[in-house]
Order: sequence, then structure tokens, then C-alpha cells
Amino acid sequence: MAGTLLLGAVAYDPKVVTIWDGFRVWLRTQDLDLDYVLYSNYERQAEDLVSGRIDVAWNSPLAWVRARRLAQARDIPLRPVTMRDTDCDLTSVVVVRADSDVQELADLRGRTVATGAVDSPQATLLPLHLLRSVGLDPGTDVAVRRFDIGVGLHGDHVGGERDAALALAAGEVDAACMIDGNSLLFAREGVLPPGARVVGQTPVYDHCTMTAGPSADPRLVDRFGELLLGMSYADPELRPLLDLEGLKEWRPPRLEGFSQLERAVDGAGFYDDSGRVRARDYRP
Amino acid sequence: MPATTDLEHLGLDAGGHLLVDRTLAALAPGDRLTVQGSSPALKVHLAAWCRSQGHGFEDGDPPVVRKGEALTQRWAGAERAGSPAGPPMALADARWGLAARGALVEAGGPPLRLPLVERDHVWADVAPQLYAAAAAAQWDPATAVRWDAGTEAPADVEAAVVQLMTYLVENEQAALVIPARLLTRVHPHFREVVQLLAVQAADEARHVEVFSRRAVLHGDTIGTSGAGGRASLQTLLDEPDFTLAGFLLSVLGEGTFLDLLRFIHTHAPDVVTADVTRLALQDEARHVAFGVAHTTHAARTDPAFLAHLRSAIERRHSALLDTAGLNAEVYDSLVLLAAGSWEPAALARGWQAVQQLQYAMDQGRQRRLQHIGFPADEAAELSALHSRNFM
Repeated sequence: MAGTLLLGAVAYDPKVVTIWDGFRVWLRTQDLDLDYVLYSNYERQAEDLVSGRIDVAWNSPLAWVRARRLAQARDIPLRPVTMRDTDCDLTSVVVVRADSDVQELADLRGRTVATGAVDSPQATLLPLHLLRSVGLDPGTDVAVRRFDIGVGLHGDHVGGERDAALALAAGEVDAACMIDGNSLLFAREGVLPPGARVVGQTPVYDHCTMTAGPSADPRLVDRFGELLLGMSYADPELRPLLDLEGLKEWRPPRLEGFSQLERAVDGAGFYDDSGRVRARDYRP
Repeated sequence: MPATTDLEHLGLDAGGHLLVDRTLAALAPGDRLTVQGSSPALKVHLAAWCRSQGHGFEDGDPPVVRKGEALTQRWAGAERAGSPAGPPMALADARWGLAARGALVEAGGPPLRLPLVERDHVWADVAPQLYAAAAAAQWDPATAVRWDAGTEAPADVEAAVVQLMTYLVENEQAALVIPARLLTRVHPHFREVVQLLAVQAADEARHVEVFSRRAVLHGDTIGTSGAGGRASLQTLLDEPDFTLAGFLLSVLGEGTFLDLLRFIHTHAPDVVTADVTRLALQDEARHVAFGVAHTTHAARTDPAFLAHLRSAIERRHSALLDTAGLNAEVYDSLVLLAAGSWEPAALARGWQAVQQLQYAMDQGRQRRLQHIGFPADEAAELSALHSRNFM
């Protein structure tokens, strides 16, 4: 198939090179000429997608929200292509120590909550939105101690969440926010104190999504989506790459899973409706 | 009716997933499993765990796991790397990599690129028993030799012992390097062969130690190393083929050394010399046994292989035609050792004993060559072409 599809991905970890090198080799054997560029942060990737500098972007949920707003403001169509099985139906939780007198989120009034980085959907934006939903204004009713690790990576770097959990274990904060999977991981690692309790949980939301922009040849995007959806975990050549990327299968995209984050972004004033960055202390 | 498992108080952060996995193993993809338990975070953790494992999760009270296909898919193309008890397969697959023999090997992963993957190129049926015997017969150089026995060789003979020990160390260093190098080329599916060669190298490491230690037991100067002897050993190191290298080293070289070590042991003028040669002799007998067994196996599976063996002997003989072979001081030391003194009559006896030694060495080589499959006349001819350096 003629033409090259140029994909953007954020280099949140060295394995990203292994993953996209591997996928590139495999896709080329399937007659799809894919190339990729790596970004140091999601904001530039979202801007470049909408500007047509790259054809498709492997977007974080927050990058999807930003790209959608940027595109809508310019009346540019975006096309969701695919997402991972592990991107569907995630939740974030607010955790306290076993001996805490906090029984429910409302009890956190006047207390300190640890979060991940400023731009982490799962460990900051969504859990703080959860607090707002029970009438607690972060920064006013609840003090927020943020752990800004990997700013610009939209929470892909787990360091902020881990530091939040460590602060909880050390007794420095009253609660910590994290994605459900990391609450299991940190409990297994002993980072969370024994018997840590979940006192709040967000509704389910979706995570990363592959998005095609205005410069992409629709036929190449069709083929790309078709090939990703056809990847089998039974294929020994692909399985190590799928394991690295953290999925068992690609799934058709869906957009309803991002509405909660859209509201959280508005609630925090993170981006405006046109996709401009409004968070004052955000420097990706 | 979905299957049920009850984790009781056990959380997924403390091993609860083992019980879920165990129950799921008996189910088919798509089947549902109700998970009961009293861990407060059970539902949060179970949902996250299911997502990471490719299982479906139904939020309910109690929650339900819907078995996914990932595990089935992961093992879809897996195959057994032969059978654990053996015998090994005729051909070891590079894709098995370092997996244990008989393991269920997941498809994928890096292939193990080793040249020796055909059973008949490395194997002997007696290899497992020889390895077991070798492992059981390991001895500690610190305690197996009576270093403090207090017996000393007569001064006249001590220099001969030191020269012989110097020569033995040089030869055992070649005998260490060769199996160590060969074993890194053998596919681990033939594990008894790899293990046997590893122990063989370890045996030689101990021989090098005890012969070195005996050499300086009563002094701090050791003997000479002749260029011809080293040239002879170099031809062993230069042989790239597994079977030919093993044939030249173990069948002919170490086979000849059995008689040599027995000779030194018989004429040992002190307890330590007697001990170190006796211990080395036990080990060398196993090395020879494997060399003969494998070469015989190779020759029986491919009768044309006898011609290769013959060529290897002739090639080595040609390469050594212009070299001195055995260090003359080694030969003289053997005579003096058997003589026990510089008296002419004793030296005559010693000379005769070394003549008999060489005859015994030749007879032993012929016997082994015939066992491998050579006719008697050819065995005699080939034995005569063996290196003058004995090894």
C-alpha cells in the first residue's frame, strides 16, 4: 500500500522504542509503511496531530481531550482508531491508612490528600474531580500535596503515584490517590501500608486511544486499524510487544469513556474549550 | 451456574490471585467464576487484576470473573522439549533455548544458536551414568591427598618427580581447556553431555592444582616445558570438530595417560605422588570411557566416520612430524623414577620399565581403536602414529 503513515508516541519509558520498532517491523511485513516519531510530552504531540505534522497519535486520555478541543476549535475532524483492552473501564481510588478515622470522602475535609503529577488523569485530575463531586474543593476544603514526577507525560510515569503512596505510608498525608491497578501493585510491593483502605472510587473511565488527524490518508488509517485489531496474542512474534505495551488485544475505539475526564478538566480549569492550556502551574 | 472460589480473608495483594488462577485453570474461555472473600479491597483489586490478565470482570456482589483467552493463546504454539527422563531427541531445536529438557516451551523468545544440535554428534548412551559416577566421585584436593604424610622422595628422584609434575600440569591444562570449550557449543538438551564435560573440566582443574602443589612440595623451582610437547598439545586445541577433538584428547591422549599415571603411581617414591596420581587416574578413566563411548556411538551411526577419525590421526601426525614430541627430560625422568637411583643396574631396570610402559600404552590404544570399530591391523597402524608426547 503506497504512502507512509507517521505515528507520534510519547517516550515515557525506553521500552517505547522497542515497542514501536517492533510494531513498525511487523506492520511493514503486512504492507503498511509505518514510521514513528517520539515526543517528550503529550502537549506537543496533541498540537502536532491537529496541525497535521503527524498522521496518528498514540494519545493519553488527557491528550485525547486536548486534541479534541483543539480540533473542534479549528473545525478539524479527528478519527479515533483503536484502543487497548486494558484502556477500558478503569477506576481511580482514594486510599487511607488502616488506622485512619476517615471512613468516607467527606471526612477528608480539612485534611491533606496526596496526588500524582499535575497532569495525571488517573492520580490527580479524576480523583480530585471525585472530591468535588462530594462537595470538597481541592485546595480549599482539602489540602493537596502533589507529586510532580514526569510532568508532561500525563501520568504515564508511575513515580508520582508511588510517591503519593509513600507519603501516605509515612504519615505525611491523610489520603493518597492512584489508579486501581496501582493500588494493587503498591499493596503487593509493600509501598502502601498494610490494611490500607479504599474510601472513594471514581466511576469507570477509559484510558489511551489511538487518534488519526487531518493529514492521515484514510486508506492507510483503515489498514492500520484493521492490522492492529487483527493482532493476536497467540502470535509469538507479537506477544512480547503486546506484553510490553500492556494489552492482550486491541479493541474498536469508543468515546463515551472520556466524558468524566472532560468534566474533570473543566472542573480543574486545566484546558479551556479551545484546548489552550490554562493550568497555571503546568510546565510540560 | 458459575464456578465459585472463596478467598476468605485473603486479598489479591497477598496471593489471592493464586486461588482465582487455580480455579480458572479448569474453566474454558468465556466461563464465569464467582469470587467470594472478605478482603475490603477485593473488588477494586480483582477488577484491576482481571484487566491486566485479559479476563472480563462483572461488578456484582460477589464479583464475577469471566475467563479470557490470553492464557490459552499464550500456550497455543507451545511444545515439549523432548521428555525429561530422556533419551534426548535426535535433533535439539534452537527455539527451545535454555529450557529444561521436557519443559513446555512457550513459542517465541530468542533462539539459542549453538552448533551442536544433533544427538549423534555429541551423545553416548552411557553419558547419564558416567555423569552420575563423576558427580559422586568428586574429591577435595585439600583432604584427599595426604599432604602431611611426611614421606619424601630420595633427593636423586625428587627432581624427576618435579619434572614429571611440571609436564602433567601442562598436559592437564590442555585437557581442561578442551572440554570447557566444547561444552559451550553443545545444545543443553543433551544435558548429561554438558554436565559430564563440565565435571571433566573441573576434574582437570583439580589435577592442575594437585600436580602443581606436588611439584613445589619440597622446593620452589619446577621443571621444564619443551616446545615439542606444547606443539603437540596445540594440535589438540586446534581441532574444531566435537567428536574428533574428543577422540584425539580422551581416547588417544587420556587413554595413553592412564598407563602413564599408573606407571608413576606404581613407582611413586612418596605418599603424595602416589595419592595425586591415583586420584587423577580415577578421573581420567571416566574421561576415556566417555570418549570411547561417544566415538563408538558416532562410528556406529555413521560407519564412514571411521575415515574421519583416521584422517584426524594422520593430520595430527603430519603436523607433528617436525617436532621433538616428548620433552627428553620427561622421558629421562620416567626412567629415573622407575630406577630409583643413578646406579647403572637400576637405570637399566628403569629403562626396561619405560619400554614396557610404551608397549602397554600402544596396546591400550589399539584395544580402544578396535572397540571403536577399526580392524586390528589398522588399529596397530594408527596407534603407531600417536604423538610422542603421550597426550
